[in-house]
Amino acid sequence: MTLDAQDLTALWLTLKLALVSTLVLLVIGTPLGWWLATTRRRMRPLVDAMVSLPLVLPPTVLGFYLLLLLGPRGPIGQLMTTLGGQPLAFTFAGLVIGSVVYSLPFVVQPIRDGFLSVGPGPMEAAATLGAGPRDRFFKVALPLARRGFLTAATLGFAHTLGEFGVVLMIGGNIPGETRVLSIAIYDHVETLAYGQAHLMSAGLLLLSFGLLLVVHLVNRRYSGVRT
Amino acid sequence: MSLKLQGELQRPGTDGFHLEFDLDLPATGITAICGPSGCGKTTLLRCVAGLEPTFAGTVRVGPCVWQDQQTHRPLHKRALGYVFQNGELFPHLDVAGNLRFAWDRTPDSSRRVPWDEVIDLLRLADLMNRDVAQLSGGERQRVALGRALLKSPDLLVLDEPLTALDRETRRGIYPLLERMRDQLAIPMLYVTHMVDEAARLADRLVLMDKGRVTNQGPLVEMLTSPTPGLAHGEDAGAVVSAIVGALDDTYHLARLDFPGGNLQVSDRGLALGATARARIQARDVSLALAPSTGTSILNILPAEVIDLLPDDRARVLVRLRIGQTVLLASVTRRSAQTLDLAPGCKIWAQIKSVAIL
Repeated sequence: MTLDAQDLTALWLTLKLALVSTLVLLVIGTPLGWWLATTRRRMRPLVDAMVSLPLVLPPTVLGFYLLLLLGPRGPIGQLMTTLGGQPLAFTFAGLVIGSVVYSLPFVVQPIRDGFLSVGPGPMEAAATLGAGPRDRFFKVALPLARRGFLTAATLGFAHTLGEFGVVLMIGGNIPGETRVLSIAIYDHVETLAYGQAHLMSAGLLLLSFGLLLVVHLVNRRYSGVRT
Repeated sequence: MSLKLQGELQRPGTDGFHLEFDLDLPATGITAICGPSGCGKTTLLRCVAGLEPTFAGTVRVGPCVWQDQQTHRPLHKRALGYVFQNGELFPHLDVAGNLRFAWDRTPDSSRRVPWDEVIDLLRLADLMNRDVAQLSGGERQRVALGRALLKSPDLLVLDEPLTALDRETRRGIYPLLERMRDQLAIPMLYVTHMVDEAARLADRLVLMDKGRVTNQGPLVEMLTSPTPGLAHGEDAGAVVSAIVGALDDTYHLARLDFPGGNLQVSDRGLALGATARARIQARDVSLALAPSTGTSILNILPAEVIDLLPDDRARVLVRLRIGQTVLLASVTRRSAQTLDLAPGCKIWAQIKSVAIL
């Protein structure tokens, strides 16, 4: 009972997807989190609610609408075709888009809370010391919100590892392209290969637990230093 | 050089807080801004600094216009040092990193305060590699002062910088602030609610209440001015500027000469010829019609009553003139009647204690 080549491909694909999605999420989540933490605009609750939506929606609902958007007949799919590409549904790129939407709240909310915990005091102090807006952001807000970023990256990564419903809807089950770990496990169970399903499930469980443990350990250490 | 601070601020929201001020101050020494909490003294500093976006008015420091109807120079481009009540040190940097944050952002051309002088003046050398979370309250504020000075500011504003500290730590920092005042020639706006702190440090006093400036002027005059000043209640007292005229080695006493007389005080390390500030609280001054003998009180001075100010139901404050110096005495209404005190009376002031500031 060992992992066959197909399973290893699925494992590799899953890690790649989680990594790429996390990086994309950090790039999107940093300005979005900063905006949510600092804006006084009335539309902030609206954006907050939209970001939180993937927390409560069934992944299949998300996946379904993404499929409609990205598929050959969807607006984005047609745009891709016009531009000489191919529709994003059932591709790795499509999976990344799905994962980003699916894990958005897990990244944006810790980043937003990290920026909120900085508060106005250090930013005002930095301004009185001659730091302009960009300087303040990179030299004060970002380093002081680092706990939020660590939590965001870890949660985003771990959450993407375990995604199933969205992938099933927009990715399908193409080995090496869209067949990720959770789909592979599902396949094994379908074919009653419980041994392999067990091995992969336990691996995913331990990996996810380990990542969350790291987050909580680091958070405890930082909070100890700061008080 | 002068400071022009004028304008008003209406806080949005329902509390209806309104701040209005118009101050012309000399750009030297320490101007203390005093008043009860909620009177707007911190907000005034924030307006001057540019931290209140809705403030409309004029802020001019010497020749530099920071704000008027046409200009609004952003905070990070003002040559301003701001010392916050809690220090606001950056927790992700050590002490040296906090100091360098200010130093690195000051262009060479506008650096007037040398790095070494600040480190030496505030005794920061031993703290350099410490984590800010491990500093005591007094150390934090010394670092905050140093960080603000390293920006070579044209104006230093301090928002109750010592309020969170215990009395002993505060007394340790006063001499440092005085050295800053005397050595660096940076004008300071110093917000405090402690009258004794203002009496010790300030050259000028601005009194505020309910968002308005109620009175302002030189400290010595302000402390004994009848309306509406600080000549009330427990805090009432005068400050006398004196020169150490003689030292007595047998009894360890020092003679403080002031215009109109002198005071004998315990010598705790005063230098002959040095200037000293002495605070004489109204409750420590009693009055007599004749100079008493057989008393332990050293300082008994002839005085003339200027006027009597009602203090509370039982007590009055008597303003006294000794030469050109004004003192306050707090006596009961009954005593005032018994002694038949009235403006112009010649009387003896018995001074029970003198605090050297």
